[in-house]
Amino acid sequence: MANNNAPTSGFYANPVVKWIEYRLPVFSTLDHMVGSKYPTPKNLNYWWNFGSLAGLCLVVQILTGIVLVMHYTPHTSLAFDSVEHIMRDVNYGWLLRYMHANGASMFFIVVYIHIFRGLYFGSYKSPRELLWFLGVIILLLMMATGFMGYVLPWGQMSFWGATVITNLFSALPVVGDPIVHWLWGGFAVDNPTLNRFFSLHYLLPFVLVGVIILHVLALHQFGSNNPQGIDVKGPQDTIPFHPYYTIKDAVGVGFFLLFFSFFIFYAPNFLGHPDNYIPANPLVTPAHIVPEWYFLPFYAILRSVPDIWFIEAKLGGVLAMFGAIAILFLLPWLDTSKVRSARFRPIYKQLTWVFLITCIGLGYSGGMPAEGLPLIIGKICTVYYFLHFLVVMPLVGWFEKPTKLPASISEPVLKAQAAE
Amino acid sequence: MRKDFAPMTSLKLLAAAVVVALGLNGPALAAGDADPAPAVNWSFNGPFGTFDRAELQRGYQVYKEVCAACHAMKFVAFRNLADPGGPGFSAAEVKALAATFEVTDGPNDDGEMFKRPGLPQDKFPSPFPNQKAARAANGGAYPLDLSLIAKARPQGPDYLAALLGAGYTQPPAGFALGEGLHYNKYFPGHQIAMPKPLNPDQVTYADGTKATVEQMAHDVSAFLMWAAEPKLEERKRLGLKVMIFLVVLTGLFMAAKKRIWKDVH
Repeated sequence: MANNNAPTSGFYANPVVKWIEYRLPVFSTLDHMVGSKYPTPKNLNYWWNFGSLAGLCLVVQILTGIVLVMHYTPHTSLAFDSVEHIMRDVNYGWLLRYMHANGASMFFIVVYIHIFRGLYFGSYKSPRELLWFLGVIILLLMMATGFMGYVLPWGQMSFWGATVITNLFSALPVVGDPIVHWLWGGFAVDNPTLNRFFSLHYLLPFVLVGVIILHVLALHQFGSNNPQGIDVKGPQDTIPFHPYYTIKDAVGVGFFLLFFSFFIFYAPNFLGHPDNYIPANPLVTPAHIVPEWYFLPFYAILRSVPDIWFIEAKLGGVLAMFGAIAILFLLPWLDTSKVRSARFRPIYKQLTWVFLITCIGLGYSGGMPAEGLPLIIGKICTVYYFLHFLVVMPLVGWFEKPTKLPASISEPVLKAQAAE
Repeated sequence: MRKDFAPMTSLKLLAAAVVVALGLNGPALAAGDADPAPAVNWSFNGPFGTFDRAELQRGYQVYKEVCAACHAMKFVAFRNLADPGGPGFSAAEVKALAATFEVTDGPNDDGEMFKRPGLPQDKFPSPFPNQKAARAANGGAYPLDLSLIAKARPQGPDYLAALLGAGYTQPPAGFALGEGLHYNKYFPGHQIAMPKPLNPDQVTYADGTKATVEQMAHDVSAFLMWAAEPKLEERKRLGLKVMIFLVVLTGLFMAAKKRIWKDVH
């Protein structure tokens, strides 16, 4: 597909650019992807920064990870020592490892905000359902990658976290135990497990890159949603991505890097668990096995399900935990409202905050021992988590009276201008 | 207990049984009922904190003369004692210090292991040849490797200073102390296998500091923090530069953004 209408002025007049562009339209393609030829709603607020920040996180993880692998040894008797070798003897090894370990947390912070942005402004609704699906797949891949990465240092929480999570599959009837043994590559979490997790931890980020390319492709089909949640009506509603959103994203990157650097340099172990500085020991179980913080809400759901009729608590918990993510795939149809943005949905707007508090409650519960008040909080939040999606969203969509939508994205701005 | 997972529960029970059977009181048992350690105002706290060289040197002395009788530190080499951001021994001091230890090397060309004086690149020699030997010499309890202990416990150095210092008290009336165990109010479960390690004037500090139990506990805890995080000073120093750079960069981005968006309505 020769690019016959490639521009010839300005940047494109440069003979080198011209030579390359004629043979490989890389400049114009980029320009259409994230440049001046990509029209973007002019009213995006800073919540729209988190997509590009998530991309940045993945790049940081891949780059630091590739270098860490040069010094890491995936073997049960050497992994822990090789991580300490990185921390003590490799030039800036401590920096690489702290960037990578905290980078995982940053990635999840950014992606959780990105998802909540989508929930609040209805970014999952028609015609962006597949964009949303790809996002959920990205979340699942991130979770798998993060979980397997946490196993690699082969500390106590690595080992016991891997044991607990892989054991979940034994809840499945009939095929449960064979699946667990197949995952382990033996009859316990051991060297084969570590090796396959290492292999997959290296592979999955590149799968993520592929899915993210599809995610961006789907995004470009209709462009970004926006805080008003209404469609772009014409060129007066948009501005070119570059330079407007490249610079706005850069501002976000600056603040994000400050936040990230605070953890790397001043609190590098704050988000980790002390037990992971103890080498893995299959004979000593930590008092409280907790996953990384970003899994705590799901961990709470897992532990909150009691025996229900003939379904054992363990199987119920596993189904609920995976269901908590699977339900996101149904979201575009569970939300019956035609209005996208919560700004024009007075009831749903309040409920999104209730939902956020529910998620935080689940996170709190998941980090505490499964007893007493935290367990009760976990159970209440688990019930509401599913009620929110399965009952509240469909009903609110039917009964709620949305406020009047603006006629176009530029209308409120123009009105404000006229009033001045 | 139904809310838990059956295999996990049985694994936990098994592990707990193993731990009890070995007479070892690890963190696996009853964590959470220990007193919180009082916060110490360490010289290395805060974004500009650095280690106190004299404190680390004293701490090393306590480790060497007291702790090292039972505890290994396999990730720390003699040469590290001269690294920047550490106790600040000179290269010559480290060489002399390492030579006072006997290290097993080999095999030589005859296939024999042999002893030689320590060299700066040697890791701290372990007091026992293996874990079984360590347990056999310590009533079944395994003296942990201390290389990372300050990062492997909640509250790190605060906890260590409290545990080694004021932690060893008389058990409250009616407290059933296990055989061969010692009461420590900061230890999870309150029963620790390690006997009270520090007593007044146990070491004679070269710099004339009075070797009270609190002083030695403080010094050795600082030393253990350095051993666990030897790049702490380098990290905080680089952090400051990075933060300043990022503040300027972000400021420039904000100014550029304002300018570029000036005409957008």
